[in-house]
Amino acid sequence: MSYFLSQVLNGLSYGLVLSLIAAGFAIVFTSTGVLNFAHGSIVLLGAYLVAVTQPTIGFWPAVLVGIAGAAVVGVLINALLVRHLADPNPGTAAILMLGVDIVLLTELTRRIGNQVLPLGAPWGADVIHLGGIALPAGRVLAAGLAIVVFAGLWFLFARTRLGVGMRAAAADGPTAALMGIRLSRTGATGWALAGVLAALAGIFLTSFPAPGVAPTVALSAFLAIPAWVLGGFDSVPGAVIGGLVIGLVTSLTVGYESSLAFLGSGFGEVVPYVVMIIVLLVRPQGLLGSKEAVRV
Amino acid sequence: MSDLPRRLGVLVLLLVALALPLVLEDFWLQLGLFVMATAIGAVGLTLLVGVAGQLSLGHAAFAAIGAYVYVWATSESTDTLAGAGLPAVVGLVLAVAAAALVGFVFSPVASRLRGIYLGLATLGLVFVVRHLLLNLEEWTGGFNGRSVEPFTIAGFSFSNKSPDYLAIAGVEFQGLHRLWYLFLVLTLLACWLAANLRTSRIGRAWANVRDSETAAAAMGIAVARHKASAFVVSSGYAGLAGALLALAYGRLAPDVFTLTVSVDFLVMIVLGGLGSVGGAVVGALFVTALPLVLTQYSSALPFLASPGSGGLDPATASRLLYGLAIIAVLLFLRGGLAGAFRRLRHRGDAATGAPDDTPLPTPTEPGHPAGPSPSRSKETAR
Repeated sequence: MSYFLSQVLNGLSYGLVLSLIAAGFAIVFTSTGVLNFAHGSIVLLGAYLVAVTQPTIGFWPAVLVGIAGAAVVGVLINALLVRHLADPNPGTAAILMLGVDIVLLTELTRRIGNQVLPLGAPWGADVIHLGGIALPAGRVLAAGLAIVVFAGLWFLFARTRLGVGMRAAAADGPTAALMGIRLSRTGATGWALAGVLAALAGIFLTSFPAPGVAPTVALSAFLAIPAWVLGGFDSVPGAVIGGLVIGLVTSLTVGYESSLAFLGSGFGEVVPYVVMIIVLLVRPQGLLGSKEAVRV
Repeated sequence: MSDLPRRLGVLVLLLVALALPLVLEDFWLQLGLFVMATAIGAVGLTLLVGVAGQLSLGHAAFAAIGAYVYVWATSESTDTLAGAGLPAVVGLVLAVAAAALVGFVFSPVASRLRGIYLGLATLGLVFVVRHLLLNLEEWTGGFNGRSVEPFTIAGFSFSNKSPDYLAIAGVEFQGLHRLWYLFLVLTLLACWLAANLRTSRIGRAWANVRDSETAAAAMGIAVARHKASAFVVSSGYAGLAGALLALAYGRLAPDVFTLTVSVDFLVMIVLGGLGSVGGAVVGALFVTALPLVLTQYSSALPFLASPGSGGLDPATASRLLYGLAIIAVLLFLRGGLAGAFRRLRHRGDAATGAPDDTPLPTPTEPGHPAGPSPSRSKETAR
């Protein structure tokens, strides 16, 4: 029973980290209509900046550098590339982001090389015991922080002028522009927010139990795509739920792999995608997505 | 103006392709095989993405299915690996059919989703198929993969044996030479079929669905069925590409068909120009040849370091280069290389044919005498 509980808690805390990334996908998609395939590289970029700067300026300032760096790169991608597409539509924008991803990931991989950069997080490899269940301190912190971040996002979108403007722009860009909402500003805010979330997720994805910053982090960020799709393409709460579901399913599949042997070894790696395909078959708009997004 | 220069150009290219094996070394022949195999996949994808307006990131999965079905069908059974021991031609047909069938099974998803949503759903396929390749060891050989039997038609083998020695014009025709012609025939067939399909009734229906599903439905086009059929045809192409890749490699492993392959196919058609068959072939040439050529000549290129030394190694350089190429094409070159080529041709036409008051033909004027045929202008009008 306690094994089951620890798998559940591990899954939920991992799921919240995925939610941070998935929410970034959803925010970029609603604010600018771009399927951001480079998001995984931005996650890696945030973690990389922290790992590189922390020996000289200390961990917490390095976190700020990582967050700012990821946000700035996101805003620049939007301002310099996405807004200047020769033929702007969701398809070409998605392919453009594949190109950006190739460039960013290749360059970061070249810089990191074969090493695994230590992140130097002060919580190190600490483990917190909760009634017989051991959880990595980093994961607990991640879960707590994610909840705070999501509360902040709710406040932003529900209570502030900027957030309401972003929602208006997402619902109907041209009309929102006529009402005096600056689409360039809401777009930039969306990309910056996504960058912040990506950097935060990157820090938790690369600290214990993960060994450190390595290029594979960008790939594990890909697992947030099923979470995002599951929740619905244009819904931040949906992304949170999707992340939790994927985290839980993955953790349970990996935890009980011995009794799931008929599905083949390593099924835990593909189960998010299997869940995603099934959900798309049954409910193409995702769990909380609005119907227009996929109307045929 | 007639299509004559265009046809002449194709004829010249064809003659060059026929003559090349007489002069090329093995490295270039091998390169040509890879280019032709991936070109077929790219042509299939451009029908789906460029003509029908759907995004697929799953073509690595379909290529993998084609490759493994081909190998399974043509190999003899051993105690560890299953095989059907069928003739190679049957294997090729089965490979295409199997990939198309999986595409058909997946088409309920394809017909309900559109554009980037479909792209995301197909992303999952790559990972699921990879999982199957790793675990169905009896058929796939698991992580280590399995070797590919040489292609044979009626006793004539496309390898270095049987006949052991074959020479034309004093050049010995070894396995690579023979495969070159096999691949060339299949590539031409695939391109010809795709070009005709694009301008046929069904191709125009696909383009109509791409431009507006509502309008297409109002014209009496069954939207869901056409989206599904584009997906099935495109998967079949990917299956053929996979089978040819298997022949070119001579050995298959799951790592041949990663997500990178799907992305590469997309890159090829974007560089070449979405919807253009010729563009897809040129894109395949660029994307497939670049890393191999850079690796081959890395010692001669001063800015490249050897792999592992921390500098700019050839693989990294080529990835950076084509990542930047995608960005540049999407920002500055509307319609990719094919679009640029078309604009260049029109400019030439206008200068020679209509020097006076005729305005420069824009791609959106289908009725202009010097303009392209309506179906082609539709491509650029996107």
